[in-house]
Parts: sequence; C-alpha cells; structure tokens
Amino acid sequence: MADISANFLGIRSPNPFWLASAPPTDKAYNVERAFEAGWGGVVWKTLGEAGPPVVNVNGPRYGAIWGPDRRLLGLNNIELITDRDLEVNLREMTEVKKRWPDRALIASIMVPCDEESWKAILPRVEETGADGIELNFGCPHGMSERGMGSAVGQVPEYIQMVAEWCKKYSRLPVIVKLTPNITDIRYPARAAHAGGADAVSLINTISSIVSVDLDNFSPNPSIDGKGSHGGYCGPAVKPIALNMVAEIARDPQTAGMPISGIGGVTTWRDAAEFIALGCGNVQVCTAAMTYGFKMVQEMISGLSDWMDEKGYTSIEDFRGRAVPNVTDWQYLNLNYYTKARIDQDLCIKCGRCHIACEDTSHQAITHTVNGARHFEVIDEECVGCNLCVNVCPVEDCITMVELTAGTDPRTGCPVDADYANWTSHPNNPATREAAE
Amino acid sequence: MMPDTRPVQDSRISAADRSDNFSDLHPPLDRHEALVEADRCYFCFDAPCMTACPTSIDIPLFIREIQAENPVGAARTIFEQNIFGGMCARVCPTETLCEEVCVREVAEGKPVKIGLLQRYATDTYMARATTHPFARAASTGKKIAVVGAGPAGLSCAHRLATLGHDITVYDARPKPGGLNEYGIAAYKTVDNFAQREVDFILKIGGIELVQGQVLGRDVQIDKLVDDFDAVFLGIGLPDTNDLGLEGEDAAGCIDAVDYIARLRQAGDLGALDVGRNIVVIGGGMTAIDIAVQTRLLGAENVTIVYRRGKENMNASVYEQELAQTNGVVIRHWTRPVGLTRGDDGAINGIGIEKTGLADGRLVGTGETMTLPADQVFKAIGQKFDPAPLGALGIALEAGRIRADATRRTSHDKVWAGGDCVAGGEDLTVASVEDGKIAAMSIHAALMG
Ligand SMILES: Cc1cc2nc3c(=O)[nH]c(=O)nc-3n(C[C@H](O)[C@H](O)[C@H](O)COP(=O)(O)OP(=O)(O)OC[C@H]3O[C@@H](n4cnc5c(N)ncnc54)[C@H](O)[C@@H]3O)c2cc1C
Ligand SMILES: Cc1cc2nc3c(=O)[nH]c(=O)nc-3n(C[C@H](O)[C@H](O)[C@H](O)COP(=O)(O)O)c2cc1C
Ligand code: SF4
Repeated sequence: MADISANFLGIRSPNPFWLASAPPTDKAYNVERAFEAGWGGVVWKTLGEAGPPVVNVNGPRYGAIWGPDRRLLGLNNIELITDRDLEVNLREMTEVKKRWPDRALIASIMVPCDEESWKAILPRVEETGADGIELNFGCPHGMSERGMGSAVGQVPEYIQMVAEWCKKYSRLPVIVKLTPNITDIRYPARAAHAGGADAVSLINTISSIVSVDLDNFSPNPSIDGKGSHGGYCGPAVKPIALNMVAEIARDPQTAGMPISGIGGVTTWRDAAEFIALGCGNVQVCTAAMTYGFKMVQEMISGLSDWMDEKGYTSIEDFRGRAVPNVTDWQYLNLNYYTKARIDQDLCIKCGRCHIACEDTSHQAITHTVNGARHFEVIDEECVGCNLCVNVCPVEDCITMVELTAGTDPRTGCPVDADYANWTSHPNNPATREAAE
Repeated sequence: MMPDTRPVQDSRISAADRSDNFSDLHPPLDRHEALVEADRCYFCFDAPCMTACPTSIDIPLFIREIQAENPVGAARTIFEQNIFGGMCARVCPTETLCEEVCVREVAEGKPVKIGLLQRYATDTYMARATTHPFARAASTGKKIAVVGAGPAGLSCAHRLATLGHDITVYDARPKPGGLNEYGIAAYKTVDNFAQREVDFILKIGGIELVQGQVLGRDVQIDKLVDDFDAVFLGIGLPDTNDLGLEGEDAAGCIDAVDYIARLRQAGDLGALDVGRNIVVIGGGMTAIDIAVQTRLLGAENVTIVYRRGKENMNASVYEQELAQTNGVVIRHWTRPVGLTRGDDGAINGIGIEKTGLADGRLVGTGETMTLPADQVFKAIGQKFDPAPLGALGIALEAGRIRADATRRTSHDKVWAGGDCVAGGEDLTVASVEDGKIAAMSIHAALMG
C-alpha cells in the first residue's frame, strides 16, 4: 500500500491533509476532534497580539453560492482572526501538541507590522511546541483595514521585512500565507523567498460580495442592513489557487520553494492536483466546514488507492509532475488538431452542444439528420474548442479526438506531426520582422 | 411429496421471453448514473441510513468515495462491515432498511438509491481488483468449525479467517452459499453471482470448505466440540411449515422453497413444471418470490392467499407491488380451508374462506369459494430441525437455537447465528451480521 505520509519542511504528518487556519482550528476541542477523525495536521486559527482580543460581528458571518441541489460551491466570510485570548490559545496549543505528537501543529500569526510586535509573540509561540509558523498576510477583510492581513500581503517589501524578522527571532520553519488579492502572485512569493521564508502557502480568501438582498439592497451577509466585502473560498476558488500555485512553482526565482496548497480542496483528487503542481501538502477549510471532519477519510482512501493504481509508493513519486507541463500560450503546439466526437450511444439528445456551438461558436454540430433529431459534429466547421464537451451533461459522451494524419477538413492544412508554435508562425509580427 | 410428472407447458412462453423475464430485476447503474445518484447524498452526520443497516455499513462514506470516483475504496468501506456487500446490494429490502430512513426520503419521497450504489461499488471492485480487500492477521493456531455455508456461516468464517484463525466449513448441500445459491429469487442474483461471491470471500485464505457433509449424519456435533476450539452453527431452517389440510401430500401441492431451489439450479428453466392456475399460501418474501417467478415462467393465473391485511404481510409494500405489477393477484383476508383433487389424485382446486377480526382475533367469516389450481405452493414459513444438535443440550427458544447478544449458545464452545437462532429477522443481511458478531465473540473468547 502507498505511503501517503508527508514531510513538509521537516514537519512530518501521517498524511498531507492539514486543516487551514480558520474556525475548524479555533480551539482544542475542534482540533482534537479533527485529529481523532484522521487529519494529518492543523494550522491553528490565526493568533493576534497579547491583550484584549479582536471582536467579531454578532450577526451572520457567511454567505454562499450553490450549485444545483444546493451543493455549496463558494463560501464567503467576514470573520476576523481568533477572538479568543492569546494566553488561552497558547495553552491549548501546548496541550494538544503534547497529546498528538505525530500530527503537525502550525501557529498562524497576524500582529501589527512592526518588529517589536513580532519579536514579542514569536518566543511565546515557540514555547507551545508548535512545529512551525504561518504568517497570515492574507485576510482581505477587517484586519486589512487595520494595516494587517492582505494589506501586508499586497506589498512585497513588507512581506520580505516580516519574513526576515521571523527568521531572526524564531528557529521555527516560516510559511508565508499569500493573499490572492493581487495582480501577479509571483511578486509576493519572491519577496517571501528573499526574506528567507521556508515556504509559502496559498491561497487565502478572495475579496468578494457573494450576493445582494433585493428587498433591502444590502450585500450578504447583511449586518443590520449593511454588508462589507468578505473573503471567498470553497470549490469555486480552486482554479484560481491552482494557477497561482503553478505560477510560483514554475517561476525560476522561486522554483523549488516548498508550497502548501490551499483553496477549494474537497476530495483526494483536488489534493492530488495541487501536489502534482508541486505542493508538499494541502490545507482544507470550506470542505471540512461543509461536511465535517470525517470527510478526510475519503481523501485518505482515495489518494492511497489512486497511488496504488498508478504504482506510486510515496507522495514524492508524483509531486510536481505537472509543473513542466505548465507553459506559456506561445509555446503551445499549433500543429495539434482535435475534433469533437459525440458517442451516439451515450447521447441523451438534450441539444445543449448544438445550441452552444450554433449560437455562440462555430456552427459545427447538427440538430437534424435525415429528418430525425440527431447531434453530430461537422468536421469541416469544428475548431476543436471543447465547449460542447463542457456543456454536455453526460460525462464522456463528447470527447476530443486528436487528428493524427491527413488534412484538417476545416482549414485544409495537412496534419503535421512536427511541433510548431506561435513564435515561428508566419502570422506572428515578430516572426515576420525577424524574417525581413 | 410425490414428484411432478405432468408435461412441461412450454407453449405458453417463448424461451427468449423467459430468459428476458429472469434478467436482472434492477439493472446495475452505469458510471454516469452512479455519479448522478451519488451526488444526491448529503453525507449526513450520524446518518440514519447507517444506523438502519444491520451491518452498520458506513453508507455516507462509501457514497462519497463513489462521488470522488474511487469505487474501489467505496467497496472496501462496504466490505469492512459486510463481506456479502455484493449480495446484500441485490437482495436487501432497502425500502424497509437504509432507504426508508434516508433524509431525502423525508425531504422528497425519493431516497438515495443506496442499494444500487452499493452494487455499483462492489461490482466494480470484483470486476477490477485482483486481490482480496483484506489481509489475514498472523496465525493464531486456533481451529474453528463452522456448520452451514450460508451468509451466517461464511460471514463468520471470513471474519475469523481475517483474524488469523483456521476454519473448516461443513455444509450439507453440493454447493456453498446457502439460500443465496438455493433460495433468493433468480432475477435478484443473475450470472451465477452467489458462487462468484463465495469464491471472492474465500480468497482471504484459511477457510476450508467441505460440501456434502450433513451435521447429525456425516459429522457429529460432540466430535466437532472435541476437535475444534469453537463451533459456529449457521444451519438455517431446513423444514417448511405444513398447511394442516387434507391432501397436502398430493401431486401439485408443493413446498415453495424446494421448488425455488430447483428453479435456481435448473440448467433449463423451460424444463420446470409450471401450472396454469397457481395459488400461493403465505405472506412473506418466499410467497412473493414463488408467485412472481411462476408468473415469469409462464403461469397464467397466480393468486396469493394471505389470511390478514396488506400491512400485516411480512413482504414489504414494495414487494407486494412488485408481485402485482407482474400480474399476481393478492387476496388479503382469505385463508385456505381445503384442497380438491381430480380423478388422477392431483390437486385441481383449493377452497378458501374470507377472514376478519373479531375482538382482535382472526376468524373465518364462513364465506367460502373455490379457486381452480393445478399447483398450490406452501410458503407459510420455515422451521428449525433440532435433530443435528444431538445430545449436547443446546437450549432452544421458540423452536430455534437460543443465542445471547454475542451469539453464544447455552454451550460455551458453541455459537450460532442466522435463521437458525431465535429472534432474528430472517434476512440475508441480518445473518451476515450474526456471523460477524459471533466471530468477534469467538475471537475474544479464544484469545482471552
Ligand atoms: C425463498 C426465499 C427468499 C428469500 N429472499 C430474501 C431476500 O430477497 N432478501 C433477504 O434479505 N433475505 C431473503 N431471504 C432470507 C435469507 O435467504 C435468509 O435469511 C438467509 O439466507 C439466512 O442465512 P443462514 O446462513 O442463516 O441460512 P441459510 O442461507 O439457509 O444457509 C444454511 C446453510 O446450512 C446448511 N445446512 C443446513 N443444515 C445442515 C446440516 N444439518 N449439516 C450441514 N449443513 C447444513 C445448508 O445447506 C445451507 O448451506 C429469503 C429466504 C427464502 C427462503
Ligand atoms: C470563516 C473563515 C475564517 C478564516 N479565518 C482565517 C484565519 O484566521 N487565518 C487565515 O490564515 N485564514 C483564514 N481563512 C482562510 C482559510 O484558511 C483558507 O485559506 C481559505 O478558506 C481557502 O481554503 P478553502 O477553499 O479550503 O476554504 C478563513 C476562512 C474562513 C472560511
Ligand atoms: S441518509 Fe440518505 S442523504 Fe443521508 S447520508 Fe444516508 S444516503 Fe446520504
């Protein structure tokens, strides 16, 4: 059987599934239930500085969007960092780590952006026996108005500065948690790297308004008729997170820096995808908040069964395998031709492929053949775009098939086995200039 | 019982229709259907379905594993609690177990199709996996005898083998599987599934099957108690209750369970003798099964005669409707009062009387009629035969073996489970659970 244990920055955990810093890790009670259910590690709910803790709103903190059948796809929250006293948190962390030595316990920290504040809290955290620290430069709401969270994470120089302080005042591994509320994720990642951080974790939540109440015209969640933007997370944000992870993994300046993947992880498959893009482990918040801690059992069996099926004995066997395949558009092979194929046995004749292609794309799918309702791809028109595949309700009913010989019926171009990309294409102005 | 010698009435139904009739009652879900159905599960906390399952299968977890496209992991989750997960997926009356309490039954009147999803997972496992889902623990050196290779016996044997014990299973019949092989309706377990499942279960290793050995005739219980560290009895119910009517031994008055066993073993269903007018006496699963199967074999009129109302029947409403949609007439509140015979001595009719309740007691109303019948099937329950227990003094209760909550009998080296013990539910899944409980108790007793 595959070994799914993980070693992230020398921090070992029986599996690569950690709970992200959030309500599921807010106190000993939750964390111990999580460990009992099988979670490999936790990042404790973000700690603030000593003294009176922050306060949360006393009304609704969450809004959501749903797919059909009310499947929760995206969650939005306006919760702040922990609203419990620092001392209570530190005491509980110490006790929990002692009781669960084989699980990873990371302290998430957010204190004001001055050296003294960090210098003060770091030794306190180290005393708990925590395995590492995560710097919360991510929260996009509330804390950012006070110059913390994403307000720091959006300024690479601050990231580097705080990372340096942490390396200076603590011997613990430092993970910088990045905010996605930025145009190019590589800059904060490079700053973390330059500051000596051992790893980055991403993504934190995305600034969002999840919905507007059309009776009182308040954003949701509504606090007495008003709302502020929140942080968006859950399955909906996974594609954004995967891209950001990939950008960091393939950036020459940060390549090889350990990454903890976060954002929409719900099943073993999501986790495997993050790991394939180079992550050493993954963190989960929304899925646990939707289904309870027991969901990790599916992730454990799923990852291990898939690894067995593929012959991978450890996570390192496939970690990062997708990174070399993430490239720039200009390097994609323009001699690669595909056509959609509709499996007539699986087709339920809903017509969605036809109308999508007819109205909005390339008029390449029939609706009637010999007087009968029949959906079939017209190769002379099909550009191979994959839209029909994505709108078809039946998985694998429409597939993209590669042309391997002959000519493309649409363009009349011969199907050439040789790779050729935009950089050398005759229509590329740069190519033309070079030739001239 | 005299053998049926009348000609086969093959002209009523073509061989093709007959074979079609005996195909899968509920065709399996394909991958698309399974994914759509799995998506409906809410992954409930402390899920009611799981509590309703006699073997406590973690239903929400296995459905989630199907959702995440890991049907092999889903099957392992099922097999951990129920090694007969494949058969149970086919034969469990889910409408009165897990699916009855599914929260989507409450919400929409449409439960998640748990049985079919279970079948999807277990079928996928058995088609794909080359290995057994579990490995045996190190050998304990203990030897246990199991009598009866039905669901109770084999479930017990499998769990004990997993725990490292060596098992010998004795069974009276030529083939293992008990009623899975000889009793369950043919359209619930097509394509020789019962034997394929037994082969799968035995792959754990450490189980020796000895067929054709009858306890009380070829093997003696006191010898087993001497030779083995423990004994488990899962010998089911070999006898059928009598109607108590004159003419019961005439040709045409048939034990339903015997007939179904022949049906299940028939190489050619066309060779079975099928009446034109059939009357079935009883109100349980056996009554439904014989009625539906004889209809599917080509009987013209099939009537179930049951002495009480629809809600009193042991067969669920769903099962009753299955019979009705197959053209079976169910006459509630009627009971048989006499068999009539033709000149050849064979049954040609049955007298029935309307019943009712008087002061809560069942009484005949005196209103009678005669139904034509060339076959009358007895399906009014099975009974236990204590003879094989010999003189060991194993205590009985209500005519079956008495067993405690851990399925230990009054003899401290003998455990029992399944249909042969008192107070059970007479379901495949309940027998599997009995075997499992007994195995854990035997293990605890032997290992201290
Ligand atoms: C017609 C019919 C249809 C049914 N349909 C369903 C259904 O759809 N769903 C459901 O859940 N349940 C159904 N049941 C009930 C279910 O089949 C039983 O509850 C279950 O098989 C009992 O398992 P068991 O292991 O206790 O006994 P059995 O399955 O009866 O197995 C007993 C085994 O012991 C052997 N044996 C008996 N005596 C001796 C002896 N003296 N020496 C050696 N071996 C012996 C037999 O050969 C047999 O292999 C049905 C029952 C019948 C009769
Ligand atoms: C209610 C809530 C509170 C959160 N609080 C914190 C926090 O205190 N510190 C932090 O670093 N991230 C916090 N997060 C962000 C999560 O740790 C995580 O990065 C994000 O939810 C994306 O993962 P997901 O899609 O699995 O939920 C919070 C998220 C939610 C939903
Ligand atoms: S009760 Fe129904 S919805 Fe809930 S977990 Fe079980 S199968 Fe799913």
